[in-house]
Amino acid sequence: MSTAELVNHRPGRKLALSAVAIVASVVVFLVPFAFIVLTAVKDRQQSALLDFSWPHQFRFVQNFIEVVEARDYMLVIAFINSTILTVASVTGMVVLAAMAGFVLQRRKSRWNPFINFLVLAGLIIPPAVVPTIWVLQQFGLFRTMPGLILIEIAYGLSFCILLFRAFVSTIPRELDEAAIIDGAGPLRLFFGVIFPLLRSVVVTVVVVQSVAVFNDFVNPLYFLPGDKNATVQLTLYNFSSQYSTQYNLLFMNILLITIPPLIMFLFFNRQIVAGMTSGAVKG
Amino acid sequence: MVRVYRPYSNWFYLPTALIYGVLFLVPTFASLYFSLTRWSLFESKFIGFDNFKLFFQEPALVKGFTNTLIYAVVTSGSKVVLGLLLAVLLTSQIVARGYLRSVVFFPVLVSTIGIGLTFTVLMNPERGLINGALSVIGIDGPGWLTDPKWALLSVAAVDVWKGVGLATLIYIAGIVSIPREYVEAARVDGAGSWETFRRIVLPLSRPATVTVIILSLIGGLRSFDLIWAMTRGGPGFTSDVIASVIYKQYQAGFYGLSTAGNVVLFVVVTAVVLPLSWFLNRREVEL
Repeated sequence: MSTAELVNHRPGRKLALSAVAIVASVVVFLVPFAFIVLTAVKDRQQSALLDFSWPHQFRFVQNFIEVVEARDYMLVIAFINSTILTVASVTGMVVLAAMAGFVLQRRKSRWNPFINFLVLAGLIIPPAVVPTIWVLQQFGLFRTMPGLILIEIAYGLSFCILLFRAFVSTIPRELDEAAIIDGAGPLRLFFGVIFPLLRSVVVTVVVVQSVAVFNDFVNPLYFLPGDKNATVQLTLYNFSSQYSTQYNLLFMNILLITIPPLIMFLFFNRQIVAGMTSGAVKG
Repeated sequence: MVRVYRPYSNWFYLPTALIYGVLFLVPTFASLYFSLTRWSLFESKFIGFDNFKLFFQEPALVKGFTNTLIYAVVTSGSKVVLGLLLAVLLTSQIVARGYLRSVVFFPVLVSTIGIGLTFTVLMNPERGLINGALSVIGIDGPGWLTDPKWALLSVAAVDVWKGVGLATLIYIAGIVSIPREYVEAARVDGAGSWETFRRIVLPLSRPATVTVIILSLIGGLRSFDLIWAMTRGGPGFTSDVIASVIYKQYQAGFYGLSTAGNVVLFVVVTAVVLPLSWFLNRREVEL
């Protein structure tokens, strides 16, 4: 039972409302996804009609193989690139942001307002693209995977620090004190005592940021151009111009890159919701 | 002297500070200078405010500026209204609530480019599903993405379709945190559905409203990938926004002008979001 249930309390109306909601959700939200799936299994001629119809023949396997093999297995390379990018940058974000968030919450100093300001600035300010490329070039990191990984970390840190800082405040300080009395140094205290306690928020951060990095289109476009380096979002883009008439393959590609987020959603729905609504209640 | 033991070492900030400082703060400050130059990445020539003058004189670039504001306000406003309505619906005792919540939220997690390309096909003026469905009920749908009047709003509509799930989720979190006693008390006092919504749910979900407005405004002002996937700023430059102008000028090799676009975007986002969040959060304290 929840609050707003009192907004409608007549059973007949409730059923009618449910029916309307379900029909509307099918039309508005499910039809586009059904369209993706149907078009992905059509043959080339039928998919070019762009209509919402049952496929004359199911070419799931053929289309799948064609998409994977296209342009020298570009999609496979892209999936490998995206996996490296996602795993490396999310790992970096989690470790660095947990350390920073921990100290930021525990240590009260006159620098804290300034640090908090920087964290919020990272959420609000749009990154300056060309100057970032310029900086990356100075280090020889432009057009390299490590460069893009560092960029994703830099842009994702703010959000992660906010989550970690909020969560650390729920861990009692007595725990730190006990560890310190037992002779733990700063590193031991953090990695041995605190970090294991952060597990639930780590899962949240990992899930939310993995989806964000995996779906990122803009940063790879700017900082890692070139077909060899393509991430999955960019293959979609290349495919859409190459296959401007091969809609079945384009939609098969869309279908394939939708699967990883779908798996995340099925298994970690709760953590995603927790991460994305943090801050909603407290403001 | 007693050596003070510090368990919370400032060294913990170091890696974060390095990455964030070098890759975010330095470029941000550098952009302030490079926006005043003609720039080839290897050499830059100081030209004063010429880039900014160009930005606000060239009709194509001015259009990008106004479009950014329209796009942000339309998407943010729609997400607030629809998100709140959906959240009220999805916190009521409705059949298939779990299914509905999932289906509304799932597009948030799907690739923006994938959704953009899908809706580009669905919005095809002659063969698209949307106009096909409209013609069945006797409406002659416009060329959603090919008609300059509609292009920006069509993209905005898809943005709302994709993003409303997040707004709904935030509102749901806000609404379920309202203590039940308040609603019960209102009911005892004789409040109907509308009164309960108006006097209890709406004011008490204010923090959620603030979050939704701020998040969607930031996202809307910076939005690039959906517009790029659907119209590339077209037809002509009628659906360009600042972020797509930045990319176009970058591709054309006008790095100084592109960076000036970045500075303009930075100023717009700060000028819109900071006063607004200050204003919204202040009212909250007074209540």
